[in-house]
Amino acid sequence: MKDMNKLVDKILDAYPAKVMKNRKEHIVHKESDEISVINANTRTIPGIITNRGCAYAGCKGVVIGPIIDMVHIVHGPVGCSYYAWGTRRNKGRAKEGSKNFLNYCFTTDMQESDIVFGGDKKLAQAIKEAVETFNPRAISVSATCPVGLIGDDIHMVAKQAEKEYGIPVLAFSCEGYKGVSQSAGHHIANNKLMKDVIGTIDIPEEDKKPFSLNILGEYNIGGDEWEISRVLNKIGYNVLTTMTGNAEYEDIAKAHNADLNLVQCHRSINYIADMIEIKYGMPWMKVNFIGMENMSNTLRNIATYFGDADLISRTEQVIGQEMSEIKDDMAYYKNMCDGKTAMLFVGGSRAHHYQGLLGEIGMDTILAGYEFGHRDDYEGRDVIPYIKLDADTRNIEEITVEKDEKKYRLRIPAERLEELKKVLPLNNYAGLMADMKENSVVIDDLNHYETEAVIKALKPSFFGSGVKDKYMVQKMGIYSKQMHSYDYSGPYAGYKGAVNFARDTAAGIHTPAWSYTIPPWKKEPMLVGKVEGAEEAC
Amino acid sequence: MLNETTKEIKDRSALVVNPAKTCQPIGAMYAALGIHKCLPHSHGSQGCCSFHRMHLARHYRDPIAASTSSFTEGACVFGGKSNLKTGLENVFAIYKPDVVAVNTTCLSETIGDDLNDIILSTKIPEGKTVIYANTPSYQGSHVTGFSNMTKAMVTHLVNKNKLIGNGRLAVIPGYVEPSDMAEIKRMFAMMNVPITMFPDTSGVVNSPNTGKYEMYPEGGVTVEELSDLGNCESTIALGSFSSEAAAFELEKIADVEANVLNVPIGIKATDDMMMKVMEITGLEMSKELEFERGQLVDLMTDIHFHYHGKKVAIFGDPDIIIPMTEFVISLGMIPKYILTGTPGNAFEKAIGKILADAGIEDSKFKAGGDLMELHQWMKNDPVDMLIGNTYGKYISRAEDIPLIRLGFPILDRVGHSLFPVVGYKGAMRLIEKISTAFLDKYDRECDDDDFELVM
Ligand code: SF4
Ligand code: SF4
Repeated sequence: MKDMNKLVDKILDAYPAKVMKNRKEHIVHKESDEISVINANTRTIPGIITNRGCAYAGCKGVVIGPIIDMVHIVHGPVGCSYYAWGTRRNKGRAKEGSKNFLNYCFTTDMQESDIVFGGDKKLAQAIKEAVETFNPRAISVSATCPVGLIGDDIHMVAKQAEKEYGIPVLAFSCEGYKGVSQSAGHHIANNKLMKDVIGTIDIPEEDKKPFSLNILGEYNIGGDEWEISRVLNKIGYNVLTTMTGNAEYEDIAKAHNADLNLVQCHRSINYIADMIEIKYGMPWMKVNFIGMENMSNTLRNIATYFGDADLISRTEQVIGQEMSEIKDDMAYYKNMCDGKTAMLFVGGSRAHHYQGLLGEIGMDTILAGYEFGHRDDYEGRDVIPYIKLDADTRNIEEITVEKDEKKYRLRIPAERLEELKKVLPLNNYAGLMADMKENSVVIDDLNHYETEAVIKALKPSFFGSGVKDKYMVQKMGIYSKQMHSYDYSGPYAGYKGAVNFARDTAAGIHTPAWSYTIPPWKKEPMLVGKVEGAEEAC
Repeated sequence: MLNETTKEIKDRSALVVNPAKTCQPIGAMYAALGIHKCLPHSHGSQGCCSFHRMHLARHYRDPIAASTSSFTEGACVFGGKSNLKTGLENVFAIYKPDVVAVNTTCLSETIGDDLNDIILSTKIPEGKTVIYANTPSYQGSHVTGFSNMTKAMVTHLVNKNKLIGNGRLAVIPGYVEPSDMAEIKRMFAMMNVPITMFPDTSGVVNSPNTGKYEMYPEGGVTVEELSDLGNCESTIALGSFSSEAAAFELEKIADVEANVLNVPIGIKATDDMMMKVMEITGLEMSKELEFERGQLVDLMTDIHFHYHGKKVAIFGDPDIIIPMTEFVISLGMIPKYILTGTPGNAFEKAIGKILADAGIEDSKFKAGGDLMELHQWMKNDPVDMLIGNTYGKYISRAEDIPLIRLGFPILDRVGHSLFPVVGYKGAMRLIEKISTAFLDKYDRECDDDDFELVM
């Protein structure tokens, strides 16, 4: 077993004093069951090669972009929109009669004159052209860095456009410099969806289906949502709204009509989950659809919440069926990966979600971290009251909602809810650290230098991260898998997804290419000498 | 696919749909990687840097390291000075590059940070260098960014005290692949002409897997070589959009004659480059290269019927698609539409002349256009093939025509970073691609009784 404390010290040693002091607080060596304090969601130090992106990436890229039938106009110079075009793999199929804009990229392509004289007019004109050319169900406008600085009032432009064209136009002030990472953008997106979209279309009582669920923080990367819904439908649930993978505008507007919110990615959507509960009385449950056991537990938890005998027995039936279909495959891949080690450094939830699945194919996660998680994503939500808000976070609007007297509806009696809270992860998330093994390391905002150092020291068999790390790690002879894009594979969620992940991981670790990294003449001692001397070697 | 793109074309003046260009800093970052032991640094908020690194990493499937000033809201109010100063200090202390190449972003440009001033007031370690380029994305495109950073190499690094000639040519390859840069170097070597190529990303972004990660791989032009550029005999700048600014700068400060040519894509542009080299050096044509040229002509005559007379739409960066247009004409194809997202009259002039010289009349071409418009042209009057970057795949699928991947970025196929498209060899590779694409489509779709063994 490696002495992790020594390793951490060694890593920190190479830093200039100020950087060392800062980074020290973002690294925790888990030595026992206790959950230590970790610093997170604070500024990245200038000069550090970080993996983090910006608020715009979190708002438009993550939360808003997947909505299928909206024209998503990025107000700014061309690049910001260009890089978010088709790169995130949020899949979507439009319903009969709806439009699908997922393969399109829209931008106002601001020019110097717009920067000097303001871009409001151009934005107004762009919205007009979007309406005339595409006639979409709704439009979003996302502001990028320069927009906030020159003072364009995108909200005013949006409001006027709404009046003029009679469709929703949602404006997001998600300039990249806000907050300290994508996380600020999630929050900005959550606020707007809550204020202006969710709750605007009621489903009449007679049309409501029983056991209606929303899946929050699920973006249908690689088709995950389709696989999750397949299983939920089989049991008898009605998936009303997914936020925001494979969703249309109206799905989101109807979300308040469901019976329970399931929260997959806590970081990107917990604000909405909380606010829906306050405003409409619908609780949320932390779920994890990744891995066999997590998936089964999640399904059982949902059934327990509804407490319906049929549902509970169907749940067991479906779990049994699905498990029996995959168990041979999983055993096969486990055999290939057993005893290997993994590291996970991903966004704000996957670094936690995938640990169970890795465990199921015999791999221990020895190091994990989030790119833009908050302390509650690490330490659990109990820590929220103790989190000190710094200036960067305070600048992000915090909205409060109130009980909607007309639409508020207790889904289950208050006493029963309290009882259930004791056994189910209702309105609660215990965080990543609780699930990490002893002598593992947790690093927040892991950077380029630290990645290189931990890989060199611990030589895992699997490094799950993004495209910015992937090739550097692979140059070191270690398989690195993109956990944002699944290396263009998927789905990875649910039972069938678990097999896909196991198959890809086993292939990645065992692909014959690795055996060729060192050429034979560097591995074997070469026979020196002339041909006459050949007999000596015999 | 792209079901919302109508045949009917409505005028758009503000909304760009499916752009055919991206922003300056990514081009600057790519150019900077062509200096040995250089770390590109993005002065702005970290999102831009993250996007640029991601896109380059996807295109090259290689590590792309670059640091950022990580602006927060405070930096926007007070300016980015302290972010850059701290940033540079940390970069030198932790990542130990020889050179840091700073590019600005829309944000730092809008704020108006004075890079020169900030860098002068920063303590740079002994023997280390910082260069910078202004790269606001509300002007030009990624090509402009490449050009600006390449020019910055001359401005900031060339030793102005001219000594004696060093017997070398300065060669600026343009915004092309590392494989193309390597091929250009090979061609000059065959001619026995010593050159200094800048930037030179070969070996940097197509580096080998050795089981060891090198943050600064072996490739790239060195600072010493750059500083000696003023002693070169002459400059060959390939591609006016990406290379001429640096060539003129070198002419201005060190009196090295600038020769601006097309990027050698296709037989004519390659011939032009060779003629120029012979003219400048007085040397004779290399036997091996002449042999390769002969092979190319042989291929062109032997299989012209695979593609002759086919109509093609071409989009991408001016320096790539100007010679490509010329090349498809030399293959007997008809370039029906030629479009770039990069603004500039020079593009329309160059294409206009190529078409006029070839007597082609009803083709459309445009600078500063987008792919939605190109697609709509194609819907109104179809073509047989599309040539351009990966983003063309949506149109190619919608219209069921083959896409030949050429230019930046290519996110869904490999080969571009390893095999060149420039020179005679590159031209043969392009012909192979074009011919194969047509024949594969035919073989897939034809009736059984039309399915043939020999083609
Ligand atoms: S804000 Fe950044 S990503 Fe966007 S266009 Fe400008 S430099 Fe490019
Ligand atoms: S899974 Fe990670 S990357 Fe994806 S939305 Fe959640 S936090 Fe972001």
